[in-house]
Amino acid sequence: MHELPVMQSILAIVLKHAAMHNVKKVHAINLLVGKLSDLEAEWMQRYFDYLSAGTVVAGAKLNIEWVPAVLSCEVCQTRVEINKVNLDGITCPACAKNKFQLVSGKEYHIKNMEAE
Amino acid sequence: MSEIRLIEIKEEILTDNKKAADDLRKKLKDRGIFLLNLMSSPGAGKTSLILRTIGQLKTKFRIGVLEADIDSTVDAEKIVAAGIPAVQIRTGGFCHLDAGMVMKGLDALDLSVLDLVIIENVGNLVCPAEFDTGAVKNAMILSVPEGDDKPLKYPLMFNICDVLLVNKIDYLGLSDFSMKALHERVRTLNPRITIIETSCKTGAGIDMWSAWLAEEIKKIENEGNINDE
Repeated sequence: MHELPVMQSILAIVLKHAAMHNVKKVHAINLLVGKLSDLEAEWMQRYFDYLSAGTVVAGAKLNIEWVPAVLSCEVCQTRVEINKVNLDGITCPACAKNKFQLVSGKEYHIKNMEAE
Repeated sequence: MSEIRLIEIKEEILTDNKKAADDLRKKLKDRGIFLLNLMSSPGAGKTSLILRTIGQLKTKFRIGVLEADIDSTVDAEKIVAAGIPAVQIRTGGFCHLDAGMVMKGLDALDLSVLDLVIIENVGNLVCPAEFDTGAVKNAMILSVPEGDDKPLKYPLMFNICDVLLVNKIDYLGLSDFSMKALHERVRTLNPRITIIETSCKTGAGIDMWSAWLAEEIKKIENEGNINDE
């Protein structure tokens, strides 16, 4: 739902790095995005194409590496990946407790870009 | 065609907003103002809760309200009618507030006469969870008619909040909402969250909520006093 402002932010960062490195064209941008983000890859690309038109980034492909949402048990630190199917009533597979800390799944990171 | 290079970027996407939010938090702390970000679905009772909070706390704290709405001023009018300064931020179609929008809204309030500013964020359980507003605490309302399964659908929102108000508990007898299941689902994602059951209609739980908020405001005031010494 909020792809547009996120894409604006990505574009601004990529344009800054493109200028720093004298880039003529960006072919791809490699991102790390947490699975809890609710972003949709198809819409990310569409909004990005719309925003980047007319810049050196126009036509760049967004490659998204989705980072799993992982909980860590507060008692024994066992890690368990969650999704919207197994979240209900989830307990630690090792100690059966149900108090966790979220350790990944909220990422919003630009790794690098492929450019000429 | 020239050679394709791999250029390292290694930047967080929402860095600018996070930085603006951190700057705002510091600025407000220096001025002794407590900023609360209140989030929920549309119709869960944000405006009603703010009006109840004003009723309970207006003799203790000087309160102001930032009302975010996609395109209306209905909520701000209700707050002003309660004798409290309110600013309407029209988000112009945006589904959330970010720190920059909050800063602009705050510019329209006279902060020198305020202790507590409540942000009524856009009614939405998805986007506001992603954008730091600069608030000291994040609060959310889940109303009973929405169902006890919402933590499963919007885990991020339940994860980032400091306090959850389960509102409209006067509807409990009319629904199959399980308070126990809700508590379990929320605590799985956020073991330290405070959960308070309220009804803005009957007033149930409002004293507990007001006490929680007053306590949090005092904590910040005390930190400020320690820093001054």
